[in-house]
Amino acid sequence: MSKILEIKNLSKHFDDFTAVNNVNFSVEEGGFFSILGSSGCGKTTLLRIIAGFQQESEGDVIIHGQSMKGIPPEKRPVNIVFQNLALFPMMNVRENVAFGLKRQKLNKATINSKVNEMLERVGLNGFENKKVTDLSGGQRQRVAIARSLVMNPSILLLDEPLGALDRKLREHMKVELKLLQKEIGTTFVYITHDQSEALVMSDKVAVMHNGQFEQIDTPRNLYKNPKTSFVAGFVGDTNRFELRSKETDSITTKGGWTLQKSNLNSSAEVLYMRPEAFILNPDNQLNDVDQFEVTIKTILFDGSNTKLSTTVNASDEELLISLPQNAQFDGIVEGHRLNIGIHRDDIKCF
Amino acid sequence: MKQNNNNSFNITFYLLIVPVLIWLVFMIVIPHAEMLISSFLVEDDEGEMIFSFANYIEFFTQKIYWLTFVKTAAYSIGVTLLAFIIAFPIAFYLSKVTSKKNAGFLMLLLLIPLWVGELVTVYGWIVLLGDNGVINHFLINIGIINEPITMLYTNFSMVVGLLYMSMLFMVIPVMSTLQSLDDSLIEAACDLGATKWDIFTKIIIPYSMPGITSGAIIVFMLVIGDYLAPNLLGGKNSLWFTEQIYNSFLQTFNWNEGAAFGFLLLMLSSGIIWLALKLSGQKLDKVGT
Repeated sequence: MSKILEIKNLSKHFDDFTAVNNVNFSVEEGGFFSILGSSGCGKTTLLRIIAGFQQESEGDVIIHGQSMKGIPPEKRPVNIVFQNLALFPMMNVRENVAFGLKRQKLNKATINSKVNEMLERVGLNGFENKKVTDLSGGQRQRVAIARSLVMNPSILLLDEPLGALDRKLREHMKVELKLLQKEIGTTFVYITHDQSEALVMSDKVAVMHNGQFEQIDTPRNLYKNPKTSFVAGFVGDTNRFELRSKETDSITTKGGWTLQKSNLNSSAEVLYMRPEAFILNPDNQLNDVDQFEVTIKTILFDGSNTKLSTTVNASDEELLISLPQNAQFDGIVEGHRLNIGIHRDDIKCF
Repeated sequence: MKQNNNNSFNITFYLLIVPVLIWLVFMIVIPHAEMLISSFLVEDDEGEMIFSFANYIEFFTQKIYWLTFVKTAAYSIGVTLLAFIIAFPIAFYLSKVTSKKNAGFLMLLLLIPLWVGELVTVYGWIVLLGDNGVINHFLINIGIINEPITMLYTNFSMVVGLLYMSMLFMVIPVMSTLQSLDDSLIEAACDLGATKWDIFTKIIIPYSMPGITSGAIIVFMLVIGDYLAPNLLGGKNSLWFTEQIYNSFLQTFNWNEGAAFGFLLLMLSSGIIWLALKLSGQKLDKVGT
């Protein structure tokens, strides 16, 4: 697949603040690329530079092999779905979606058929003449996406479009958006602070921190093999321990908990272990699995996401462990001691 | 207990509504009813008041009256349009371009003419526009003209005066709707390929239409019912319909005719506003929201 968007050495400086710092990446045609970062990390600035609303200080944005230097937003083959959607409140659904096509001076019949086709695609047929202010959050969302997609952009930029929706609807729209993208095949560049959105929908995710990309990877790799300490701590739930000492084949946390781990990076300072990486009541025969005893403090019940808050008996340090909701572990109650194990590959040190 | 609460609520409610009702009934309903009745009365040969359409017939048969009437309407519409053309860029600048702090200061400057009152500002314009006034003096001194240009006591000076006293009432409602216009709407339009002209005509103007409408209604009402500016700045050739009403009441002492004229002006202004709302597709209940 060919590269549709390339970002080369892109930087954006404000007076005494660097919002985007030497960012490089490329997006393949038809891909779903997410930029994940907490607020203020520079992701919105980056998106606005790609759209042309802000000027880069250094570097280049290349779309279809063509530099976008000096090309205004209305001439770029990209469209953007704004965070607050920016629907035109004085127009109805049809007029909103047709707005861009009318600017291209297409004839009425073409505009009508394109608008109808797009509204059908996002499941809004029958709503043509409704005012956008009378629609629900999810419907407004779809109008905004339809309004951009009808322009047939090379790249669709989405600026946290699900942020304003309630949780249930957000979960639903996540799946819908992913399916829509698969169906129409337009390249999506999606920015969000919600890691679940990024992980569920994307082919590739870039984690952004302080204006720089920490890691660009598939969602699975990002989760399984974080390359930096920030990514390990930011993506997914995790247990974080600072290290006190390192031996050739073992490490000890500040609280005095010693784990078996070899091939350490010499600069390692912290270790991360995911709650679901722990094996409850492991078999003694398992290879490469460190085994410990913990005491259960409380059970944090949250359906499929239920966790045990425990203390490690060896060091009195706190440890979160996922608790599968099946009959096997029904007997677990507060105050119990429990044997757990963790595979050495699941201990990440940085 | 509940009954009690309801009662006290009712008493408070009536206490609050009474001043409004008194004002409505005694200052608006009764005088207008009185005027309406009086406009249908004429004195017969014996000095008795009898019912008649004569006052209204007088209006339609005397050319000067309805010519003034049409002129007043046409000029009021014109001044409203001019007020919009001048006020819109000001409102746009104050709400979208300049900083909040600057906008507050500039707004204060705009308000100053209101503080000194219309009579004083009208005399201010007389000083500026007169044959020996500031502007002519300046133009002659820098050598652009040799003879003073007659500006005072013309339609021009009248329009200037009317604009000056009414323009602010266009700026404020337009500004407040523009303030609520999210910049991302403009960016979205831009992103969808709209030119600057498209953005202005398809986004900014339609969005601020409620503010423009309420501003236009206020300006139009102020202008069509104004007396000072046409009288003091307009001179003899610029008859305004309010001057006809004044003449009927206080020059010829024909109060019944004056009442009829007053009612005609009320009908005219209401009619034009109704028509303008119909044409622009605006609804009165949406105006100013």
